[in-house]
Amino acid sequence: MKDFAYVRPATIAEAIAAAAAPGAAYLAGGTNLLDLMKGDIVRPSRLVDITRLPGLDAIETLADGGVRIGALVRNADLAHDRDFARGFPAVAEALLSGASPQLRNAATLGGNLLQRTRCAYFYDTASACNKRDPGAGCAAIGGETRLAAILGWSEHCIATHPSDFCVPLLAFDAVVEIAGTSGLREIPLADFYTLPGETPQRENVLEAGDLIVAVRLPAEATAFSPHARYLKIRERTSYAFALVSAAAALRMENGKISAARLALGGVAAKPWRSRGAEAALIGKPPGRAEFRHAAELALRDAKNPGENGVKIELAIRVASRALALAAAGTPARLPALPASPFAARPGDLHV
Amino acid sequence: MSLPLSLTVNGVVRDVALDDPRVMLLDLLRERLDLTGTKKGCDRGQCGACTVLLDGRRINSCLALAASCAGAEILTIEGLAQGGVLHPVQAAFIAHDGFQCGFCTPGQIMSAVGLFLEGQTGDDPERVREGMSGNLCRCGAYDGITAAVLEALRQAAAPGQAAA
Repeated sequence: MKDFAYVRPATIAEAIAAAAAPGAAYLAGGTNLLDLMKGDIVRPSRLVDITRLPGLDAIETLADGGVRIGALVRNADLAHDRDFARGFPAVAEALLSGASPQLRNAATLGGNLLQRTRCAYFYDTASACNKRDPGAGCAAIGGETRLAAILGWSEHCIATHPSDFCVPLLAFDAVVEIAGTSGLREIPLADFYTLPGETPQRENVLEAGDLIVAVRLPAEATAFSPHARYLKIRERTSYAFALVSAAAALRMENGKISAARLALGGVAAKPWRSRGAEAALIGKPPGRAEFRHAAELALRDAKNPGENGVKIELAIRVASRALALAAAGTPARLPALPASPFAARPGDLHV
Repeated sequence: MSLPLSLTVNGVVRDVALDDPRVMLLDLLRERLDLTGTKKGCDRGQCGACTVLLDGRRINSCLALAASCAGAEILTIEGLAQGGVLHPVQAAFIAHDGFQCGFCTPGQIMSAVGLFLEGQTGDDPERVREGMSGNLCRCGAYDGITAAVLEALRQAAAPGQAAA
């Protein structure tokens, strides 16, 4: 690991000033950053430890019924917050399907939004990677592409965003609050990430020194809470990143769908929402054919960059199944293995 | 440069002068404080062998920067037994053969203690297995580990009954 200077600012203003310098990086939970530093994949010259900054670790219910989640709130604390899990059950399910209990106790909201891809070629410093070394090329293309993107990729990068948490956040219109050198601003999560294009090293709209301070979820999202699920296909039972995942939520009136949300994970460089699929479900009965049709719409533009064509049909099935699970209703208690396709209802046995 | 660092490890305040900011909590424990019960397996947050409690919560000490742990209370496997009496989780691991080679065992036990404190699983074996999924055992002693954790959970719910 490259040597670095360690600084621990006392205020947000001090933190921004310290992190605006070239080579600086924020440290919060460290579960992704320190791993990347151990592998020499990222090499900051200064770590700005924000874990002691005041006011960033609260889960606040807003006057209008929405919720504001501080950037330093730990994944486990948010998932197990009773009020939050009641209002946003698909978010809690996504959180609990990610990583391990130890990592969820350390990982923070801000870090989750900013975590880097798990593309093996990004991690392997002997391989060409435009994300790690702009202009070097992409060894993933023509390589082992099983985990690669099927939407929004370019000939410069086919990596995926690994977050579970961000998938339902996107589906429910989350807004990111950012403090920067020129003050506070807000950006919808839908506009936060950038696609790789010709600059895969750029992953979001943050500028040097920018600090995520909170994410807000609007009150309207709670109206979906009776019918909201997260479903995640992994290569082992637990503690693995998604091959494909989906957050699905429905509102029902008189046996018909009156509103729908659908977002996919593991398919692109950012969490991927399909407003086309959502619109196609309005006024329809909650049936298998309707869900399959909506899921096909969501994947209409999908293309496989290599041997991962299986992910397209897999994503269609995961999206359809997530919608069907949402239609069946949010369980009163999450199943033992949150988001598992094999035991999706409480009491089902997985093994 | 030298970073002064004070933290409480197993109830004892330890003052350390860190000569390198790159030191992880795991290496601080093992190399500077001679607490080698906490194991280094993958060193990348994937195996759980380095699990300790930080302010009462289980974490991977290989992915915790020591400098960032200033003021924290750390509990390691060495601090679990009290006055020569094993912690109920330790006793249950022995009673149920919850290990073979033993390398992952300190991490398994600390993770199980963390799972207890979280209070999310009850005595549901599926939830216990999922709750212990951050700890790998290359010997495959999972049956014994799950039985041990369940036994300890039952003991905590109804203290005084002997281990099976």
